[in-house]
Order: sequence, then C-alpha cells, then structure tokens
Amino acid sequence: MVKTELYPLALTVNGRPVSARIAAETTLLDFLRDQGFIEVKRGCDKGDCGACTVIMDGKAILSCITLALQAEGSRILTVKSLGSWERLHPLQQAFVDYEALQCGFCTPGMLLAAKALLDHNPHPTREEIREAISGNLCRCTGYQKIVDAVEAVAKGAYR
Amino acid sequence: MSKDYAIVGKRLAGLDEKDKVLGNVIFADDFTMPGLLHARVFRATKASARLKRLDVGKARALPGVACVLTAADVPYNESVKNVVGQTTEVGLLEAKHQVLVRERVRYWGEPIALVAAESPSVARDALRLIEVEYEDLPGVFDPLEAMKPSAPKIHGNNNVIASWKLRKGDVEKGFAEAEVIVEHEYRTPRQEHAPIEPESGVAWIDDMGVVNIRYAAQVIEHYRDVATVLGLPESRVRVIGTLIGGGFGGKEDVTVEVFLALLAWKTGRPVKLTYTREEMGYGRHKRHPYILRYKTGARKDGTLVALEAEVISDAGAYVYLSPWVLIYSTVHSTGPYLIPNVKVDAYSVLTNNIYTSAFRGFGGMQMAVAYEAQMDELAARLGMDPLAMRRKNFLKTGDVTASHEEITSQVRLEECARAAMEALGEKSRPASSRKKVGRGFACCWQSYGRMTFLHDTSSCWVNLEMDGSAVVRTGIPDLGGGQRESIRAVAAEVLGLKLDEVHVISTDSQVTPLSGTVTATRALYMSGNAARLAAESVRRIIAEQAAEMLGAPPEAIELRDKTAFSAKDPGRKLPLTEVIKRCLFRGTVPQSLNTFKAPFTEAITSDIIQAPIFPDFTFGAQAAEVEVDTETGEVKVLKWATAYDVGKAVNLNRVEGQMEGGAAQGLGFGLMEDYLEQDGLPLTWNLHDYLIPTSRDVPDIKCIVLESESGKGPFGAKGIAEPAIGAAGPAVVSAISNAIGVRIRHLPATPERVFFALQGKEGKG
Repeated sequence: MVKTELYPLALTVNGRPVSARIAAETTLLDFLRDQGFIEVKRGCDKGDCGACTVIMDGKAILSCITLALQAEGSRILTVKSLGSWERLHPLQQAFVDYEALQCGFCTPGMLLAAKALLDHNPHPTREEIREAISGNLCRCTGYQKIVDAVEAVAKGAYR
Repeated sequence: MSKDYAIVGKRLAGLDEKDKVLGNVIFADDFTMPGLLHARVFRATKASARLKRLDVGKARALPGVACVLTAADVPYNESVKNVVGQTTEVGLLEAKHQVLVRERVRYWGEPIALVAAESPSVARDALRLIEVEYEDLPGVFDPLEAMKPSAPKIHGNNNVIASWKLRKGDVEKGFAEAEVIVEHEYRTPRQEHAPIEPESGVAWIDDMGVVNIRYAAQVIEHYRDVATVLGLPESRVRVIGTLIGGGFGGKEDVTVEVFLALLAWKTGRPVKLTYTREEMGYGRHKRHPYILRYKTGARKDGTLVALEAEVISDAGAYVYLSPWVLIYSTVHSTGPYLIPNVKVDAYSVLTNNIYTSAFRGFGGMQMAVAYEAQMDELAARLGMDPLAMRRKNFLKTGDVTASHEEITSQVRLEECARAAMEALGEKSRPASSRKKVGRGFACCWQSYGRMTFLHDTSSCWVNLEMDGSAVVRTGIPDLGGGQRESIRAVAAEVLGLKLDEVHVISTDSQVTPLSGTVTATRALYMSGNAARLAAESVRRIIAEQAAEMLGAPPEAIELRDKTAFSAKDPGRKLPLTEVIKRCLFRGTVPQSLNTFKAPFTEAITSDIIQAPIFPDFTFGAQAAEVEVDTETGEVKVLKWATAYDVGKAVNLNRVEGQMEGGAAQGLGFGLMEDYLEQDGLPLTWNLHDYLIPTSRDVPDIKCIVLESESGKGPFGAKGIAEPAIGAAGPAVVSAISNAIGVRIRHLPATPERVFFALQGKEGKG
C-alpha cells in the first residue's frame, strides 16, 4: 500500500477556525462533512445538483468539485451561519413563510445560493433570481415558492 | 356544508420548515455511529450474461475490508412477493428478484457482491479487486420483440408477465356509429425519479439482537422483506424511517435496506450505505416506458362512441410492481370520460432493461398522454373547441366507468380546465419571427388510496399529556410532502390545540403503530383518517369527563385553546388540564389507538377488470403556453397553470407545493427526461446527462385549488400528490401542437423530435 501523503489545511467555517491534515484529493464537501458540518449535503458529487453549495469568501461554490486544499485560508459559510431557531435569517424566514421547500434536502444549498445573490445584487429581478439558483436543483417544489420567497426578501419584506 | 376550521385549510408553515431551513434535519446519510463501516455494492456490467467466475478473495484480503458478501452468503437470496390480484393466465405470479446475482445477470447494474470496509475509500478500492468473468447471453431490449415467442426469455417461459383488459359494450358497433375516428401510437419515456437525496441508511444490531435499519424509506414495512432474506422473525427487524429527501416512488421498492441488514448481521457492526448518483441511475427502478396504440371514435357532436387501445409497458428485467402499475394503466386508460364501447388490452413485458416499478402517477399518468392527445385531435377534426368536446364526455358523479367503478365524489373537470386556461392570461407574443407561441391544456384523473383488494389499513395512537399537549404516534413516513405535518394538523384541529402543542412521533416499525406506505397518494387519506379517528376518540373521553364536571351534555362540549366549554353556555368552562387530571385520577387515560380501514374488495379473479378497485379519484387540469423555436426545435415554456379539486386543502401551502412540484416533474416528463439505454447499457446515469427541470426551465406556475369537500380523506380531502403530475405532459404537448401544427407523439418532446417533426410536416406540405 502506498502511504497517503497528508497536507495541512486551515480555514474558518462559520467563523470558527478549523484545521486538519488531509489527503490532496479530499474534496471540500468530504472535508466539511467529516468535520461534522453535515448540513452541507451530497446529492450528486459531480457538480450537477447544487446541494453541496457553500459560500467561500463571499461566493457560492460547489464544495463537491472543490478540493479542500483550494479552500486554504478561506472563510466558508454553511447554512448554519445564517440564523437560529429564535432568530431566523430573513431568507430562512421567507422560505418558511412561503413554504419554499418540501423535503428540505436542497434547502441549505438553495439558501446559500440565494444569499450570495442578494449579497451582490440586493434587488434582482425574478429572472435574475431564477438564473442565480439555476445550478441548484429542486425536485419537489417546481421552484415557484423559492423564487417568491427570494423576491420577497429582495423587495424588503423581511427587513 | 363548508365549515370554519381553526387550523385545517390554512397556510400552515412552521415546525418542520424551521428545522429544514436551519439545516437541522439529520437525513439518512447524515447519521453515524461509533465503529461505523462503509458499504458499497459491486454491480454487473453486462445486461444479459451468465456469471462464469466470481472471485472476491483479493477484495476480502485488502486491509480495512471487514466483509465481502456474495449470493452464497445470503441466507434467502430470492426475495419473493406474491403480486396480489394477478391472474393465473399469464406468466409469473410472483415478483421474484435475487438479492445478489447467483448465476444469471439480467440487467446492467444488477448487484453481485457487497463490501463493508473501515472507510469509504477502502470500500471503493475493494470493488476494484473483485474479479468477475461473464458469458454473454442473448438479451432483448425492445418490449415488442420480447413479446414474440422466439424472444430470449428473461424468467420462466413467457416475457409477458401481466395482462389486463377492459371490455364494455361492442367497439365494432361503436366505431360503426362514429363519424370521426383518430388512431395513433404514442410513446412515453423511462423517467428517473431523481430525488436530490440519494438512497441511504445505517444499520446496526442493538443490545437485544434486533437488526435496526435507519434509512430513507417510503415503506417501513420492508422490515418484513429484510426478515425474509435473513431468515429472522419479523419481530427481530426494526425500521426507523428518516425524513426523506424526496422519493416520488423511487424509495418505495427495496433499495439499501436488505444490503445494510446483511452486512450489519454478518459483521455485527454498524454499516452505512449511500448510493452514488450514478448508482441511483443503473441500480434502481424507473418509470415504465409505454407504447400506447389508441383508436378513438366520436359522433359529429363530439360524443365519444368507442375506444380501442393496446397498452404495452416495458417492465425491465424483474417483475416488481409491474402488474399493479398495469392495473392502474388499464383502469385509467379511458381518461375521465364516459365511453359506451371500450376494448383495452394491456400487457407488461420483461426485457433486459433496467427494471421499472413505482413512480408518481403509477401507470395512470402515461395514459393521459394518449387519451388527451386523442381528444384534441378529435376536437380538431370536428372543428370543435377542445374543452367543449371534452365537456360532452366528462364523467359525472354517479357514472360507472368501463372498469365498473362508480364515481362517488364530485367531478369538476370543466371548472378546472377553464380556470387553468384563464389563468394563463393574455397570450404572449413570439420573441422573433422564427418563434411560434402556442397554448394547450389537458385533463386527467388519478386514483388515490391503494387498490381495495389489498385491504389497506392505517393505525394511529393519540395521547393527551397532563399539561394538555398531545403526542401522536403514526407509522407514516414523511416523503418531504409534509405528511407528518398533516397528521399534526388533523390532530390539533380535532383536539382544539395549536400546532406546536402536538408532537408527532413517526415512522418507526417497532414504536409507532403501522400506518402503511407513503405511496399511492394514500398518506393523508389513510393516515389522516386514522389520526382523525384517534384524536376524536380522545376528544370523546375528554368531552364525557368535562360534561360531567360542567353539568352539560357531552355533545355540547367543545375544546379550544386548551379549554373545555359548553357550546350552549360558553361561560361554563374548565381548563383542559383540569379535565385531564380528573380523567387520570379516575383511571381513564386520555389516549386511543385507532385503525382506519379502506373499503375492502375481493381479489381480482379475471383478467378483465370489472369490479371497483380504487377508493376514489382526483380530477384536474393543467394548461401551458410555450414558445417553439422553429429553427432549432427548442421549446421554452412561458406560462403554466394547474387546477385540481383537492376535496379539502388540509394545508394549503403543501397542497400548492404538490401541484407545483407535480407540474414541474410532468414538464420534465413531457420535454426533457428520458433514461436512455442502448442494448441495456445505461447512457444517462448522472444529472448532467439525465436532465431534470431547473429554475430556468419551469415558468411561474399559477395554482388553482378547488375544494368540493367530497373526498374520502379527513375533512373531505382528496389525494393530490400523484394527480398533480398527470395532466402536465399532455398539456405541454398540446401547447406545442397548437404552436407549430404538429403533434409530438413520442415523449419527451426534445428539440430533435420537434425539429424533425417540423421537417416532416414541411416535407409533406
């Protein structure tokens, strides 16, 4: 057996420093889930479905096709960075109010894709919302209520 | 008749949704245990072959491998289920499938061996060390070929494993009376469920020797199948169902549970198995592709006089639920229309393709592609408005269908179709001269509740705590559609509690009363009725005690806001907690276990279906507006509307969710989804080759919810999950036809098919 070479990795997840020694081929998704961030979901492992979306240094990325070592020194946000049971993030509250989810499996990634959009473009059109979440597949909702929820936040209903 | 409810009928959002937006749900793959092993399945790379040699020695020897299992290690390798209701006239009577290949490989991807290892990467490496040699056997991949006597046999002596018929009146006489007849062949795709969550679970042996399997299960009763394969008493296998990340029928047949149990049983350690996305493609069933040959005749005034149809489904390599799916096809084949003369012959045929089984719509929805296209074409030939033509033929309450079902609930098809078309609003203008805009609609019917000869039951237990809150136990799994939340709403409504005062424990085969499967659009109908019965029993216990304490008749007692009061004299009231305490003091525990029974009928004894099979039907319509690019054949959906009579919307949010999600999944079925195989070799096993609708493919969807309160579920609800997909495919086909004057009869209507259809038309012109 070839001995796997391990490399040091240090980054922050939801503001918390995380470090480990990992194999070079470890994806960011595997790394995060191994570290207990199981709110990051694996739907396809090929960059097709968007369930593994996290925000890396302000940008929504697919953690399943990002090597963990590429995230060295970066700031990663998962859905758990958004809000708490007592105080939901506006997007989370809108997703609840608009029933912008059913099974909830795509929801963590969908929320982060929406957050990354609004962080860069606070007043998107419906078309821009549809474009921004088009890499995040949802098989349950038909997207209607997701677009409605994001639009409601963009229009200031949850300020 | 409509009544004011405190909870039912509102937009209920809160508890389930909050955990989901916070990322708190522990889905099947999120769960772990100390000492966890990681499993993988070794699968065949031939569609039809004999396994000449299988050597797992090197894999077993790999450091970190805990166990490699082959068919020889499986106590009872053949999982056998009687398919109730199949006749003795055709083919196999039992849905045999082998857990692991012993000798013969019948489809590409069939499981051959199981590996459990200390890490996922060791498990993956072990797969590469398994050595296998095949001897190719002739295969058959076209169901029409497979029906020929000379075709290679997949099992037994006959590839036709089910055949059902409808016989009503005299079709020859009917066609003789027809003034217009249309006759066409339609084909529907092999659709993949494509839930975003892969099949997954963890199994372990507990300290009482019980095999526990915590997995994404639409049917927790599969503990019985696991017990059969392991040769254990059913009481030694426990299924703990997770909240499911989408299923649509994909998690209805056996997936990971048997493999997990075998590995945990052999190793004595906890084991996790999660399918890869590719494995979801080649390792699990699909929707049956159909060949539909329809001949429909009508009088000049639009009245239907005869239908003759031949319906053929590709069952793939194993039987699974194909005979049942075909029953649905046969019963639904007429569409929601009263036709005096009907002759339908339906066949399900084995091939060496991936096996096919349950998928939302379950053989009923494919029929809508044919029966609705036929209606459109008859209307066009007669120069009639397509809705006016349909209106002359819609089933009405009290009508008896060709399969002898009496329609007992309301049929609001005309209202649905009109509302859907009107909701499209003003017609869009094409973006350029090469683009054409068209719109169309389709109607459908779909049963809800399992077939009545299966004698379906559902149980539920309700208890009031001393503080007035309630605990409900129900076996029903939550597929993501909010099934658990509907149970909460029903119990809260009956007991006069708030939603967060009711806790629902669900989906554990040894803790919760068995409530049956989350399939067949039965969850609200069956488990909702069971919850209502149990909550009403508890309510009666409280009412009787409160009546005594208040000096009022029990029937006058109402419960609201944790208060019991007399409706005749609302001033006479008591805190609910006082009543509960009094009950307990006297030894009357405010709890109840109740079972709801669906109507029971006898097993089918003839291959002609001529007795009621379904508890009831849901009716609805969808309308679409599309823009077709005549140079590329691309279809862009501009607008969508969906209208169903749901009986009663227990949770309006979730009802709309089903309708919108069904529309999108049906849009995919109509326009883009097809799981392709070439001589059994899968070609579209991931989500960049198998395309499902994205947020840019689905337009804004208008939802129109009608409530006749005439259904068989709680508060007059009908089922909506499966009906919601039915009209979508034919609606989009109708809109394309309206735009370009050519009908696509082979779905999905991909750009290629639309392009060549346009060429053909121009060629002919």
